[in-house]
Amino acid sequence: MKDQLAKIRAEALSAFESAKDAAGLDALRVKYLGKKGELTGVLKMMGKLSPEERPVMGQLANDVRAALEKALEESSQKLEAAALELRLKAEAVDVTIPGKTVAVGHQHPMNIALDELKDIFIGMGFTVMDGPEVELAEYNFDRLNAEEGHPSRDWSDTFYFDTDSRVMLRSQTSPMQVRAMDTMPLPIRVVAPGRVYRKDEVDATHSPMFHQVEGLVIDKNVTMADLKGALNAVAERLFGEGTKTRFRPHHFPFTEPSCEMDVQCHKCGGAGCPTCKGEGWIELLGAGMVHPRVLEMSGIDPEVYTGWAFGFGLERLALRRFKIDDMRLIFENDVRFLEQF
Amino acid sequence: MKLSRKWLSEFVAVEASDREFAEAMTLSGSKVETTEDLGAEISNVVVGRIRKMKRHPDSDHMWICRVDVARNEPVQIVTGAWNIHEGDLVPVALHKSTLPGGKKIERGKLRGVMSDGMLCSLSELGLDERDFPYAAVTAAALLNDYHPIDPEKPSIPADIQPGHKIFGPVVAAGVGAVEPAGENRWSCGLMWTENGEPVGTTVETSCENIHSMDMVAYNTKTGTICTLADLHAEQREFPHCIPDGIFVLHEDCRPGDDIKSVINADDHVVEFEITPNRPDCLSVIGLAREAAATFSAPLRLHEPVVKGGAEGNLPELLDVETPDPELCPRYTARMVRNVKIAPSPKWMRERLRSMGVRPINNIVDITNYVMLEYGQPMHAFDYRYVKGGKIIVRRASEGEELTTLDGSVRKLNPNMLVIADDTRAVGLAGIMGGENSEIVDDTVDVVFESANFDGTCIRRTALSLGMRTEASAKFEKGLDPLNTLPAVNRACELVEMLGAGEVVDGVIDILNHVPQPTVLKLEPEKINALLGTDVPESEMRSILRALDFGVEGDTVAVPSWRGDVQCMADLAEEVARFHGYNNIPTTLQRGETTQGGYSPLQMAERRLGSVCRACGYDEIITYSFISPACYDKIGWAPDEPLRNSLKILNPLGEDTSIMRTTTLPSMLDILSRNYSYRNKSARLYEIGRIYLPGGPDGLANEPKMLTLGAYGEGFDFFTMKGAVEALLRELRVEDVTFAACQNDPSYHPGRCAGVYAGEQLLGVLGQIHPTVAANYDVDCELYCAELSFDALLEAQGPGAEYSPLPRFPAVSRDIAVVCREEVTVGALEACIRRAGGRLLRGVELFDIYRGQGVAAGSKSAAFSLTLRSDERSITAAEADEEIRDVLAALEKELGAVLR
Repeated sequence: MKDQLAKIRAEALSAFESAKDAAGLDALRVKYLGKKGELTGVLKMMGKLSPEERPVMGQLANDVRAALEKALEESSQKLEAAALELRLKAEAVDVTIPGKTVAVGHQHPMNIALDELKDIFIGMGFTVMDGPEVELAEYNFDRLNAEEGHPSRDWSDTFYFDTDSRVMLRSQTSPMQVRAMDTMPLPIRVVAPGRVYRKDEVDATHSPMFHQVEGLVIDKNVTMADLKGALNAVAERLFGEGTKTRFRPHHFPFTEPSCEMDVQCHKCGGAGCPTCKGEGWIELLGAGMVHPRVLEMSGIDPEVYTGWAFGFGLERLALRRFKIDDMRLIFENDVRFLEQF
Repeated sequence: MKLSRKWLSEFVAVEASDREFAEAMTLSGSKVETTEDLGAEISNVVVGRIRKMKRHPDSDHMWICRVDVARNEPVQIVTGAWNIHEGDLVPVALHKSTLPGGKKIERGKLRGVMSDGMLCSLSELGLDERDFPYAAVTAAALLNDYHPIDPEKPSIPADIQPGHKIFGPVVAAGVGAVEPAGENRWSCGLMWTENGEPVGTTVETSCENIHSMDMVAYNTKTGTICTLADLHAEQREFPHCIPDGIFVLHEDCRPGDDIKSVINADDHVVEFEITPNRPDCLSVIGLAREAAATFSAPLRLHEPVVKGGAEGNLPELLDVETPDPELCPRYTARMVRNVKIAPSPKWMRERLRSMGVRPINNIVDITNYVMLEYGQPMHAFDYRYVKGGKIIVRRASEGEELTTLDGSVRKLNPNMLVIADDTRAVGLAGIMGGENSEIVDDTVDVVFESANFDGTCIRRTALSLGMRTEASAKFEKGLDPLNTLPAVNRACELVEMLGAGEVVDGVIDILNHVPQPTVLKLEPEKINALLGTDVPESEMRSILRALDFGVEGDTVAVPSWRGDVQCMADLAEEVARFHGYNNIPTTLQRGETTQGGYSPLQMAERRLGSVCRACGYDEIITYSFISPACYDKIGWAPDEPLRNSLKILNPLGEDTSIMRTTTLPSMLDILSRNYSYRNKSARLYEIGRIYLPGGPDGLANEPKMLTLGAYGEGFDFFTMKGAVEALLRELRVEDVTFAACQNDPSYHPGRCAGVYAGEQLLGVLGQIHPTVAANYDVDCELYCAELSFDALLEAQGPGAEYSPLPRFPAVSRDIAVVCREEVTVGALEACIRRAGGRLLRGVELFDIYRGQGVAAGSKSAAFSLTLRSDERSITAAEADEEIRDVLAALEKELGAVLR
């Protein structure tokens, strides 16, 4: 019996070892360990043993069973691992085949630039304001200190809806300054982006319709140093920390002192190159301290309140930001253009 | 405004490179656009004297010259030009030299003969005859250069010999010696035979291209050498007898001199962008004042000195009346007699040219020179055409006509100011003179006008006549009335300096408006408070003084030319400009904090934009103005009320002449454009305004529209509807319905729906009518949706609120019902929902079938119904009961029966 057990053990172990697949292994399990299996068959003969032999043989038989079960488990795991490996191999894909397209739309580059700006100003406590594009000349000009006779009032420069030159397409977002002063409580911090219109023929750098972003701050003790601080912060947010700026005197009827702000040319670092037309600087925006007469016309006492204002040309910003060389692309809306952003 | 730095240096000494100069001037407020070194492109070009000339042995037209350029050895230069002679001074581009246009000159062989460089023409130096009128070339027709047009039929025989008759009195003559006979004149010895006998004569000519051994056509009757014109010849018959050649210098220069100093190419020109508030800077003196303050250098102004003394008494000669004093604050005039019209001297021509003004003659050049120097427009007119010796500055009469200097006949009206004599207008005040009083070659007596006119009047006149001139551009900005007198005196001084005439003593000066100087209080603490600076008062005073402001105690007298300075803020700007904008500190925002943010409309705009993009739509931006023809193109009826649009009275063109009342044409334009570019598909959206008349204050109502547009393979009505549904879901709009819309003329009558939230119309969507698509040259299906932003916002549902997840399983039942074709899926679905009771949680269409097994005119619609309770698991019996109710209702209400 002892020999029988040893033989079963040896036979079974070798059979398990060489099993080809899960089904073959299962058949071997039945053959050796099943209810009618060989081991069971041997155990059935236990009754014929003497009481002294029984525990010894029992122990031996149990050892054999345990060994077989362990070997069976090991072989089974091995086979499973091999089978899985085979399956994974068969399931391998060519990862260079293109993915299944998910069509996602694109924001217009102008509005990408605009959203960036709006977020910057909102972070600085500005409210975003909308206003009419068909505007009164009174708001677009008179209330901004651009008197009768100012060249931008000419019919050659501005679109009008009536012969009295009363109603026009706003030529700048600056009338929003007046509308803000007329409707908002002090202190005011507002940005007003939008479409503006000038009588320019379409070419690579002009369009009769374009976009500006106006900004206005009115409070007590506001200084030109504040204007510089805030606009420098904006330039850093737009073009990266450490962006160099400079302020140049300029003229706008509704600010005094007035300035233009340049940022150092990103391409040449100020040495002068074709991008900055050799100047080393690129004009970014116009700004200035709100003219006391403009405050007065809006019923704000310039002895108590001061303010500053600015205006961006958005197209120029977007064109530069995305290195677009022709403004016509902005309004052409070719999907091959739009899908690049 | 261009500025010659040479001219500037007469008033202020500035040691700075162009770049440093531009930078400093820009930062003090005079923005420099460009700087130009006039001689930047010219190098290694010198003056040379032609010592010896001989004909090229291997060419029919070239000359070999030995040229003295003040080096050890003369250089040898081969040239094809014929207008030079031994002894001439000429510009020589030496080996390794450069010329305008990037041209490089190097030593090289021409037909086997070494040439050490090139002799230059005017144009090769970047000049033309206006710069050096004496350099014009007159060419004789040289018979040895004759090339017949038709070799079979030459007009002049190839073997022509001196003495042969050409026509009439014109004979061929050989040229002997050629000797100079004054500037641009030559004396030529001619020889020919007459009846076998040798004949000879010496002729003076201005033709520069004649040399010994040439053969010319000589008119024995007039005693002149014939030009091409005299022979009625074409240029191609005499290819080398051209009115062009080497620039023969008649300047005070010597061999070896750098040509740049001879032709004024050593000047540097700076172009400024002058803002409209600073007309005083439209002059050399104005900019010199700014430069002096910028570089802390003294400004050296010059007081004109006029000797005068010409015969006559000015008040007797000239009487001036200004019946409209408000339009003519000041009129100043002087008179010059015995004028000799001639070209002005080189230095004056050079200065004019460097500032972009074309030299004409001494008198006209003087007026331009003074305008550039003083910024005061001047006019000169011929006294003999001032009838009655009277100048009247008056309004034009209605319909009065004047031919201006440019030759155009101008029709005038009483809003325009003219300079007139007793009988007629002789000039358009402040804009342009009249042809009838123009300075001409035989002008003898000249009146110089230096006046101050009302800016608005000049601007309007110039605008309505479409003739903006240098003068009007200055006047319209408002000039300093105190400038007229120094300017007219300067003009007279220049007349005397140039010897152009004799100045009559005295000045006519009518001062209708005596400007009061602006006096402001100097308030240093207010200025510092506005700027955020600590500029010392002493610095403020010295800045203002440098700009010629009169600073006395705590008052500041603003100079007459600075009309733009009117209040403390203006003084602050002057201080800031010269203290340096970049020396103002930068501080962070102080004061009350404000909460920034978007309005609800702006938020919705952002959210809907991102949903559109998530659905695959690209954003577009289109013009707000469209063509009136667009309304026809989208099929609108002639009486469509929305055709009532705001009309731009001065549009760029018809295509951009009205404000759109619909965004559809804009979207269709862009779809059509993409289609024509052969882009296979496009999905686009725009959030933009329409402009409806009838807003407040006579303005527009400008509601925003969300417009979608698409085409491409597989895109159909339901793709567009899916996008619209996604947008409505984002806004949590409740009670959404789509109703067939058959009467929108822009859309396919069977594929268009109105979108509603309850009763409220939100917009339309559908396929564009094929006829409309064809109007846009598109032959595929276009889909659009137009949604009103205001309505969407109004319909926006309440914010999200959590409802518990189902705890009990759902039961799903599929039903297919057959109904008549007219019964819509929407109606079936609504009926199912109504009949479904409390357990019905979802209805989903999954199939529509027509064909075998379903009668013609009917369809089968299959729905999947989801039933669930929140309290317990429902039983099959409960579900069956619910479905029975649904089927009963479908049959009863819509005649739809279980298939």
